[in-house]
Amino acid sequence: MQGIEPFVITEAPLDPAPLVAYVQTPGDGAVVTFAGVARNHFGGRPTAFLSYEAYTEMATPVLAQIAEEARARWPIGRVAVHHRIGTLEIGETAVLVVVAAPHRQEAFQAAAYIMDRIKEIAPIWKKEHWADGAAEWRE
Amino acid sequence: MITIYIRLFAAHRDIVGRPEVTVQTDPGATVGAVWEHLVAEYPPLGRYTGRLLYAVNQQFAEPDAILRDGDEVAIIPPVSGGVDWHGSDPNVSV
Repeated sequence: MQGIEPFVITEAPLDPAPLVAYVQTPGDGAVVTFAGVARNHFGGRPTAFLSYEAYTEMATPVLAQIAEEARARWPIGRVAVHHRIGTLEIGETAVLVVVAAPHRQEAFQAAAYIMDRIKEIAPIWKKEHWADGAAEWRE
Repeated sequence: MITIYIRLFAAHRDIVGRPEVTVQTDPGATVGAVWEHLVAEYPPLGRYTGRLLYAVNQQFAEPDAILRDGDEVAIIPPVSGGVDWHGSDPNVSV
């Protein structure tokens, strides 16, 4: 695959297919793809749409750092993480975490770990725009 | 005096009304002191004290990190959703 950057913050819609192709190597028997998707409710309150903001200059290397943390814990292959910013309609993909590994357990565990760490430390913020017109940052 | 460039995001940017603030401060000032300066100027920020991460020149930093002239300090409010913020360690070694 040419032209695939493994760690990206972008305003463009996300597509898992190129990332799956990028991470897969002949030694890997498992590829796990996690997609975080804009949902139409939070805590029982209807959501109209979401917006995301990032400190992009820092968030991109932090995504790479988190992948290295996972690599230190599990024997995994390539990792790709793409995170969307800007306005997202319900059903659009906000984040893709794609992990290859020789075996599925490591791929599942590493993907879950990477997603948890993104929510802990990656400087990316989500704003919930409620159906009633109000809006608030999730924190 | 030294010049520090502060980056603000999400709810902090809404509170302050700008994405960037420049402050002049004494040599030897810390990241935490810059935050206290901001809170004094914009009291609604105070509820975030203890729930923040800091970065200096795009690297995570502790509140006692000493600043140099021209540093960019990012104030990182809690990020998007669901995880207990307290006790997380951004500098966890691998």
